[in-house]
Amino acid sequence: MASIFEKLGNTDRRIIFILIALAVIIPIITHLTFPNPVGAEPSRDMYEYVDAMPSGCNVLLSFDYDPSTMPELQPMAVAIVTHLMNKDINIVGMALWPQGASLGQEVMSSVADSLGKVQYEDWCNLGYKTGGGIMIVRLGSSMSAVFPTDRDNLPWEEIPMLEYISDLSSFDLVISLSAGDPGIPAWVMMAGDRFGVPVGGGCTAVSAPQFYTYLQTGQMVGMLGGLKGAADYETLVGIEGGPAVRGMAPQSVAHLVIMLFIVIGNVAYLSEKKKGGRG
Amino acid sequence: MNWEILGIWLGALVTLCLYSFLYRDNPFYKFAEHLFVGMSAGYWVIYTIENVLKPNWWQQMFPEGGGFNWVWVIPGIFALFMLARIIPKIAGLSRMALGMIIGAGAGLNMVAFFQTNAMAQVKGTILSLSSGGVWDIFSNIVLVVGVVSGLVYFFFSKAHTGIFGKAANVGITILMIAFGASFGYTIMARISLLIGRCQFLLEDWLPTIPRLLGLGG
Amino acid sequence: MRLVIPLAITFVTGMIMVLHFFVPHQPIKFLGDNLQEWYMIVASAAIFLGALNLMHVHLRKIKLKLKNWKYSPITIIGFLLMLVTGLIYGVTEGKPFDFMFMNLVAPMGATMFSLLAFFVASAAFRAFRASNWRATLLLTAAFIVMLGQVPIGAMIWDKIPLAKVWLMSIPNTAGQRAVMIGAAMGVVSTSLRMIFGIERSYLGGTD
Repeated sequence: MASIFEKLGNTDRRIIFILIALAVIIPIITHLTFPNPVGAEPSRDMYEYVDAMPSGCNVLLSFDYDPSTMPELQPMAVAIVTHLMNKDINIVGMALWPQGASLGQEVMSSVADSLGKVQYEDWCNLGYKTGGGIMIVRLGSSMSAVFPTDRDNLPWEEIPMLEYISDLSSFDLVISLSAGDPGIPAWVMMAGDRFGVPVGGGCTAVSAPQFYTYLQTGQMVGMLGGLKGAADYETLVGIEGGPAVRGMAPQSVAHLVIMLFIVIGNVAYLSEKKKGGRG
Repeated sequence: MNWEILGIWLGALVTLCLYSFLYRDNPFYKFAEHLFVGMSAGYWVIYTIENVLKPNWWQQMFPEGGGFNWVWVIPGIFALFMLARIIPKIAGLSRMALGMIIGAGAGLNMVAFFQTNAMAQVKGTILSLSSGGVWDIFSNIVLVVGVVSGLVYFFFSKAHTGIFGKAANVGITILMIAFGASFGYTIMARISLLIGRCQFLLEDWLPTIPRLLGLGG
Repeated sequence: MRLVIPLAITFVTGMIMVLHFFVPHQPIKFLGDNLQEWYMIVASAAIFLGALNLMHVHLRKIKLKLKNWKYSPITIIGFLLMLVTGLIYGVTEGKPFDFMFMNLVAPMGATMFSLLAFFVASAAFRAFRASNWRATLLLTAAFIVMLGQVPIGAMIWDKIPLAKVWLMSIPNTAGQRAVMIGAAMGVVSTSLRMIFGIERSYLGGTD
């Protein structure tokens, strides 16, 4: 018995690659779906906070990610933008990461088209700026000093929805979709703790555990963590067949397969140890 | 030409080139890797010009109504100092720009980190250990003991022996649970990225093949 | 001596930012606001520096025919392609620059990082060992989170998602907070050392 596990322990990594690929591909091609129950998760807090906002509020939505984390954060962006637009909340988009400016444009423009929202009246994209936290501090005293124009070089004064926006205090909520630094920590430090604007956000699953500290202190109103957070938000907003919800079935199978790998690896390790090998 | 289909095919082609690395390193992977690096750098430069330098520097220095705002020459000079790094003879000038960047960053981070990641966290750990239900009290005890013992573990100025050592042991146990949770989330993150690409290949790209071959769809 | 001016600049800019936090009034506000705007310009130069360095490295590789030099022209062509289309057409949606970003850069970026899914699975198989009770605890926490995150976890046992929420909210928060406070103290002390010129390794010298 032990020798079988030892052989398994020496499996070619490409076999593992194939199994992982199959664990993801098969549920997708068979359209396997699982219901996605949303418990008392930070994603529910985020949804409830946004849902309680009256129409006409202003939200600053910062796209602080790039294509490397797009599969996690883009579905979040779509779900949040859909929710905000459905509630007639004005969205001012921007980005702390250069490539976030294009990804944010793609999301806001496609959702706005489907919901009949008008650029520069219901939403706008101010684009990318360098500087991270230091730039956010400047936003606290003047938005137009940092963004004299929007992403497409239209002057601030010519954008109707920005008429009553002066600085960060003009916003009822800041949402950062963050893949790292600069991202949520910078917004919590500057916009939240320094200027008192509520901060919420979505982040990659890798960084989600560290932001639970901000949730416990109330420094963040809610958070979407990784694909699960995106799937929760899609479910709560009522997006049918969204990419994140569809992704939860392959995610389930892949998790089980990886757990199985870990169990097999450990059994092989223990059998080797028992035989007086390494360890 | 159908630009949408062309875009999907280009995306699929480079995706498959990169995935070929899973078999072993090969010219297709290297091609896509080098293309990615070059195009990303190009993207960053263009966005910096279009979204930062044009509106925040050039148009401030030369306002639309005419004139010249000389004060904006100063950051321009510092920016040039930064670029001086590529010319060995005057590379020392880049220290001026670095001094500005580091100084401003240090000044901001010193107060911001202390306020947000230290003081607010300490405040959040001052919890009632007597009010609420039994489970709440237990959770609060775990949180308070976990934070304090975790900090003890990171305190290396005193040997981890006696009561101090026992507290550090509790700390490392809590840290292990936190690292385990992080590992679980990391697995989800990596699999999510794979799911995203597989959804693209299977749901966006594959259906275009019968369309291109005139097999309906 | 050659470090005196950079150290003075570091001190002045650092102090302006610190004072700006505590004294949001003139003239500190004026100095702070301007410094923040200038910072964006100077930080932008770092992006140009990176791009120039990238081009320098690849041109050198071609010139000296170093290992894999045949791929270097691809990096240069990719860079120029984005640069030229961006300068000519701008970054507006639907233009060639945007088309290339959405259909080449974005898929490549996403795919590059998705490769990690395979390697993390392989690494977990080979290295994630319950070699002692603490490692077993780590593994158990990881399993609870992995199951609690996905719908199949609730199907196996409906208490798993609840266990995951508690684990994330309490022990995970405690551990992360200890790390966070420790790191914050590190940032504060390092920042102070930089502002006062004690830490100067970032300037490339100690004299």
